Amino acid sequence: MDSGFTLAGKTFGSRLIIGTGKYRSFDEMKAAHRASGAEMVTVAVNRVPLDRKTESFLDHLDPAMQILPNTAGCYDAEHAIRTSRLAREALETDWIKLEVIGDPVTLLPDNEQTLEAAKVLVKEGFIVLPYFSDDLIMAKKLLGAGCPAVMPLAAPIGSGLGVQNPANLRIMREQLPDATIIVDAGVGVPSDAAIAMELGADAILMNTAIAEAGDAAQMATAMKLAVEAGRLAYLSGRMPKRLYASASSPIAGAIK
Amino acid sequence: MVTIILNGEKKEIESEVTLDRLLDLFSLPKQRVAVELNKEVISRKDWEKTTVSSEDRIEVVHFVGGG
Repeated sequence: MDSGFTLAGKTFGSRLIIGTGKYRSFDEMKAAHRASGAEMVTVAVNRVPLDRKTESFLDHLDPAMQILPNTAGCYDAEHAIRTSRLAREALETDWIKLEVIGDPVTLLPDNEQTLEAAKVLVKEGFIVLPYFSDDLIMAKKLLGAGCPAVMPLAAPIGSGLGVQNPANLRIMREQLPDATIIVDAGVGVPSDAAIAMELGADAILMNTAIAEAGDAAQMATAMKLAVEAGRLAYLSGRMPKRLYASASSPIAGAIK
Repeated sequence: MVTIILNGEKKEIESEVTLDRLLDLFSLPKQRVAVELNKEVISRKDWEKTTVSSEDRIEVVHFVGGG
């Protein structure tokens, strides 16, 4: 059986990490969080509106969950660093999902700026979990900079396209057997999550696939099961692919 | 009058005030927020001894849903 994964000294039983954005209501979000079994959730750092009263979003999260603030909306290292420092001050947590976006249409990561920010933040004692393009060399650089895990994308944020380049994830897994690899962004349906886990990801981070589902809580359950199934499959070791058939029943002894 | 930029908006306040007082003036929450003054985070314990001056840029952030 699977015993979960450890990140910066903390063990997570669930390999599903989920977001808090795009839900139609707080009740729906809470139901989805419960159903998912996730032990870590992401939140975004944002300006407090000046024109209206706001309730504390954090009150709607299960206090037992590890909160992972992100640097969404940052387009360069400087903004991501400032956002990380603000998140640390407000939440008293060193954990940060580092996200430096390259352009507003694709929301693809700016790997160069991400690495630059990661180096600074690690030096400042942050536990930096970087979202980046699914590239082995970049993963090595981020790990070399002191990130305790790397978070390659499966597909663009919110696209629901699923794992677009399974070879890259497989190569990353094989070449970095000891690294913690969390697939972040692009999952649409449970089979996408299962594929990423079967390829050897340690965990999956998703938001839209659950929040935008017709029944978010039910989809969260489906994702939980898919992540578990994919993990067990990875640990079990898949059969080799063959171009031709291989009979399951004995050929010899069949009546003639 | 003192002109400041608060969360990207130009605002006028009557005089130089502390960050703590500024949050009161604009009815902003004080729990689980963070404050930045001219791109430097000001720790909560320093809000009462940090004064906001003309042309200062202040960011007050909290948490919202995100992925």
